[in-house]
Amino acid sequence: MDNKNFLKIEKLKSGYTDKFIIDNISFDISKGSFTGIIGPNGSGKTTLFKTITGELSLVKGSIYLNNNNILKMQPKQKAQKIAIVTQTADAVDISVEDYVLMGRYPYKKKFQLFDTAEDLELAHKFMKLTGVLRFKDKLMTELSGGEQQLVAIAKALAQEPELLLLDEPTSHLDISHQMQVLNLIQKLNEEYNLTVLMIIHDLNLAAEFCDFIIMLDQGKIYVKGTPEEVLTYKNIEEVFNAIVITQENRITKKPSILLVSDKTYKQI
Amino acid sequence: MSSKHIKQVFFIAIMFLLLITVSLLALSVGEINFTPNEILKIFKNQTGIEYMIIHNIRLPRIILGIAVGGALSLSGVLLQGVYRNPLVEPYTLGISGGASLGVAITIIFNLSFVFGVYMLPVSGFIGAVATTFLVYILAVRKNYYNINRMLLIGVMISFMSSSTMMFLMSTTTAENLNSIIFWIMGSLDEPNKILVKAVFYISLVGLATSYLMANPLNALRLGESKAKHLGVNTTFIIRAIFILASILTGVSVSVAGVIGFVGLIIPHLMRLIIGSDFRLLLISSFLGGGIFILISDIIARTIIAPNELPIGVITGMIGGIVFIIVMSRSKIKI
Repeated sequence: MDNKNFLKIEKLKSGYTDKFIIDNISFDISKGSFTGIIGPNGSGKTTLFKTITGELSLVKGSIYLNNNNILKMQPKQKAQKIAIVTQTADAVDISVEDYVLMGRYPYKKKFQLFDTAEDLELAHKFMKLTGVLRFKDKLMTELSGGEQQLVAIAKALAQEPELLLLDEPTSHLDISHQMQVLNLIQKLNEEYNLTVLMIIHDLNLAAEFCDFIIMLDQGKIYVKGTPEEVLTYKNIEEVFNAIVITQENRITKKPSILLVSDKTYKQI
Repeated sequence: MSSKHIKQVFFIAIMFLLLITVSLLALSVGEINFTPNEILKIFKNQTGIEYMIIHNIRLPRIILGIAVGGALSLSGVLLQGVYRNPLVEPYTLGISGGASLGVAITIIFNLSFVFGVYMLPVSGFIGAVATTFLVYILAVRKNYYNINRMLLIGVMISFMSSSTMMFLMSTTTAENLNSIIFWIMGSLDEPNKILVKAVFYISLVGLATSYLMANPLNALRLGESKAKHLGVNTTFIIRAIFILASILTGVSVSVAGVIGFVGLIIPHLMRLIIGSDFRLLLISSFLGGGIFILISDIIARTIIAPNELPIGVITGMIGGIVFIIVMSRSKIKI
């Protein structure tokens, strides 16, 4: 297997009906990596994900996963390789167990109405791993936002994906749940060698968890590299149009970003 | 099998028994009442006026009732699943309006010579299919469609066909007007046995086909985008369900007229009772629709006997009252 070019995106252009949002993007990520995608609103982060999951009709260029062109894959085949966790779990009146079992959909045959013993076993395994097994008979609507996200991750794992996409999975959560979700993702990445591609707004969390970061600006890659290379005050000021102070955290040795208001800025 | 599954199987079995019971009741009551023993005897002898009543009048009516109730309720549950909108019913998309218009045109322009006795059902079906087709091509643009847009266009087409109907009705003869109104009010009284059989088989095939979509419909409960993430070909599924629901509704409307309310309330009641898993919801809505239509028909035939009320009156009244009571008492959100 080609470990280095596990996900290979080449000259990708995509967008909605008549306008390209993603403008000629090329990058590749290696198997087992934890890559963060950052950028201001409208820079094309979510559009990039929608291109990968096949939700856009206007696509040029190519996306290879493990040397397979995913743009030509059947939807079910693709869902066996790529799973996505979005900002919210869109809770409906469905039990936690049934929600996680939906992750087995890509493996179901047309007339197969019932879940197999294997489906159930996998669902339980991943519910246990994400710590939601105790809720299995509760309705999704009865859980908190953080718990729902953990269930959504269990559903994504039930797809047994090779690549896990996360679109701001913690943006609606308090810090305790943010850390719970991100620690879990890190564990999955390290212990199960799951390749992770995550859109994240919080730059400090990006620095803490990602080993590679891609910074998007207006549909193009502005810069990519290690957190130290990408998260400089100059890059952030240029792309986000915000004043920040960046420094290496003395304890964690990782970049730390401090936001500065206009008023404070004038005073210093 | 877990206790949950046992409960679910049990529920379906009860629905099935209930349908059989109601069918037997429908066989025995009417202008002349028979006891179950008498019915058995009549079927054994196969002669006499009693056999005529039971075999040639009541039995086809029951079969048609099950078929039409099942088909309407099934297409309601399918459409509510796709549109994720609890107010959608088979008639929302203009299907009944189109069918009625087709029939009105046939009656007014006296086109019966084309297909003879089949002319009204055929024109009803053509009207239904033509409207759905129109809604579809108006709503889809460059292979991209918005579900809400489709609904709005359906509602508009519905209004337009009813206005056209009113125009035609206000300018035609009293005799034609009578036939149109009689047809619109809906009835399970269909003398042609071939038509009854056709509707019955089509509704059963529709039920079987709908099970191909049970898993995708379950995934669609999480929204179109999340269903796509799970590998559902949503464009195909939405199109297939739209076509299936149109055929089911078109066929029932063209034979039994516009019987309202079944497609809206039965799916809701079933959802309140057994939850939103489509693997259960499809079959139980079908059975529930049949039960509801048969009960309504029994009431319609007996309440002012020897005269008969249009079945739509009963489905609307009873259905509405039961529905409001259940809804206001239940804690479940729509």
